[in-house]
Amino acid sequence: MPPDSPAASPAARVIPIVQVPPSSAGDGGGDSGEVASLYKADKKIYARSVSGLFSRWRWSMVWITQLVFYGLPWLSINDRQAMLIDLASRRFYIFNLVLYPQDLIYLTGLLVISALSLFLFTAVAGRLWCGYACPQTVYTEIFMWVERKIEGDRAARMRLDNSPMSVAKLGRKGAKHAVWIAIGLWTGFTFVGYVTPIRDLAQEVQTLSMGPWEWFWIFFYGFATYGNAGWMREQVCKYMCPYARFQSAMFDRDTLIVTYDAERGEGRGVRPRSDTPAQYQAKGLGDCIDCGLCVQVCPTGIDIRNGLQYECISCSACIDVCDTVMDKMHYPRGLIRYSTPNGMRLKLSAAAMVRRVLRPRVLIYTTVLLTITGALLGSLVMRTPFKVDVVRDRGALARIVGQGQIENVYRLQIMNATEKPQQYLLSVNVNGMPGARLVTETSVQVDAAASRWVAVRVQAPAGASPGSHPMTFLIEGANGQGVLAEKSAFLVPR
Amino acid sequence: MSDFINGFWPWYVGAISLVSILACALLLWIAGKAKVQSHSGAADDNTTGHVWDENLRELNNPLPRWWMWLFILTVIFALAYLAIFPGLGSYQGAAKWSTQSEHKDDMAKMQAQLAPLYAEFSAKSVEDLARDPRALAVGERQFMNTCAQCHGSDGRGSKSYPNLTNANAAWLGERGAAHIVQTVSNGRTGMMPPMAAALPGPTDITDVAHYVLSLSGSPFNEVKAFNGKQKFAVCAACHGLDGKGNKAIGAPNLTDDYWLHGWGEAAIVNIIKNGKNNVMPAQAPKLSADQIHVVAAYVLSMGGLPSVAAKPAAK
Repeated sequence: MPPDSPAASPAARVIPIVQVPPSSAGDGGGDSGEVASLYKADKKIYARSVSGLFSRWRWSMVWITQLVFYGLPWLSINDRQAMLIDLASRRFYIFNLVLYPQDLIYLTGLLVISALSLFLFTAVAGRLWCGYACPQTVYTEIFMWVERKIEGDRAARMRLDNSPMSVAKLGRKGAKHAVWIAIGLWTGFTFVGYVTPIRDLAQEVQTLSMGPWEWFWIFFYGFATYGNAGWMREQVCKYMCPYARFQSAMFDRDTLIVTYDAERGEGRGVRPRSDTPAQYQAKGLGDCIDCGLCVQVCPTGIDIRNGLQYECISCSACIDVCDTVMDKMHYPRGLIRYSTPNGMRLKLSAAAMVRRVLRPRVLIYTTVLLTITGALLGSLVMRTPFKVDVVRDRGALARIVGQGQIENVYRLQIMNATEKPQQYLLSVNVNGMPGARLVTETSVQVDAAASRWVAVRVQAPAGASPGSHPMTFLIEGANGQGVLAEKSAFLVPR
Repeated sequence: MSDFINGFWPWYVGAISLVSILACALLLWIAGKAKVQSHSGAADDNTTGHVWDENLRELNNPLPRWWMWLFILTVIFALAYLAIFPGLGSYQGAAKWSTQSEHKDDMAKMQAQLAPLYAEFSAKSVEDLARDPRALAVGERQFMNTCAQCHGSDGRGSKSYPNLTNANAAWLGERGAAHIVQTVSNGRTGMMPPMAAALPGPTDITDVAHYVLSLSGSPFNEVKAFNGKQKFAVCAACHGLDGKGNKAIGAPNLTDDYWLHGWGEAAIVNIIKNGKNNVMPAQAPKLSADQIHVVAAYVLSMGGLPSVAAKPAAK
């Protein structure tokens, strides 16, 4: 490929985007280049159906992710929904866990783990997430399956779209959109079911008596699913998705990508199936028979033979289809295959490529990921299943009672993060004031998954030294739930 | 809107908003018209011909044209928003919406929702309400909002703020529901005049203070108390000869162990010398009669009154 001629002149280094007079737009093509707009008419992609090893992997991911997503809210545990984000009462139930908004750090940890996992998987094997697990891919796969069942495969769909409007066309299109909308609404319903108990929601849906926000979110997510998986498809990946853009930073020359073996494939061309390798090689042909199937199956409409492109979501549809062609031609499989740029260049064996996985970037991602995962799990296992906030009464700093004893008042909010009523034992420890004690009830009962405010009084003997004394409330959960220490201050007036 | 200090700023803010939106529209229009050289000819690499840093070439990956309508939609949305809602300087917006009116509407809605509950509470006597856990839960929240600042979260008050759980302290032994409702609604003033003029002698005041201490069995100086007993006559007009106080005029009992304005010689001397004007503000302007009814029940339930304390299930 010759270098672009403008690059040679120094003046070409900084060229603002210039308006080209419309008169020159007509010359079209040629070495002088042509005039293009920053926008273009959208070209619909008719991806051909494909089957094979990686397609089966993707479908198993579709099943796994969707069984979890659609099924999880229907599971029950402890007489409630197993997975419920109860926004109204600010409790988050995840199986046996009861989380409070104060537990946000676990969500932070989860998000950090997700991000690091993406980094790690991307560094090792490229856009695995995009190709197999991303909701955009998964729902598009489901929607394309529906489309195929109703309108037929690629050729039939193109024929249908080009045919004039008829009752049959309207029927097929209508049926497709009806099924898409149904799937979209079911998705919206399930989504809302994570926030509102789904069984109650199902009752409400039957009588159309949902609240305004439930209506809104069911339709919002329904519309988003229908729009993204039915209409937008590859446009989401190409123009919207930020992850698609920044993951090139995680790629290096040992990252697994979908590659076309140009050395083996070129030059492309048709040949009789009876040609032996020696015969077609003599004609200057490689293994690529230029059937174009790899382009037809591509959901983002690219030609993988042009090399690594930002549009490629590594779905491996082209690998599957090319392998079937190679089988038919009795050529070895893997003209398009998972490989690394270094693997292609240096002709590395699979084992050699695996050895190159152990490189600093991957090791660092792995170490950080394992550390954070371990820390998160450890803190979850060891967490105390209740929380306490201490709020000191601010109206009066201290009061003198009886014959000179000094009292401070505090409100303790005790949050029970278990699903049984619990007993908590309170005690105080004021620094340098052994006589200070709790004069209110030292045992507090809190209902299951509830929080309770209790006003407590701490009394110090008369003659305590004036000033602010650091102190600690010790709250012990009965049945060995552990002890929490909460700091506060005891004030003695001058 | 009254938050601008002079008439210039609403115009300034409004102009910046409008110019920004129009600039977005202009940018969209220019980008829609703009053309770039695309080397899709022999090279077919979709570059624009722009090169930086020796070999960094700019690709042209055109956006589907219909996306531009989404951007134009945001411009239309912004203009429509500014027409309907406040945002353009001091313009109120066609919908006349404001945070204050929303707050007012929300409050009205909430009150309408609570009306049946309060109607139910108001139908009951304060004494009955003091045994209704639902009313107490409402009452507690009101207490924490309006009363706890002075009387403490536990209602035990502090110096000059009466302990509501002690019948002798707060209510002068008269802890009836009517008394509480009356006090909460209209407030109460506790006034003791300065007695320095009536006790002119150099030791008069300390003597009386020690006599007062002796009444409640606190430690005291016998000589001073003996001298003070004679001079207590000036106090007896209100507090009674026996020092047991007078409910009718709000004179506290000096013989019990509750000391609203502080215990000990110094505190008592201070009060005798300077008197005291203690005010509980009226809550009627802030709380409705229904709310006072409920909060009174909560105060009544706080303990100290046998008729309630003896019966269980109050809280």
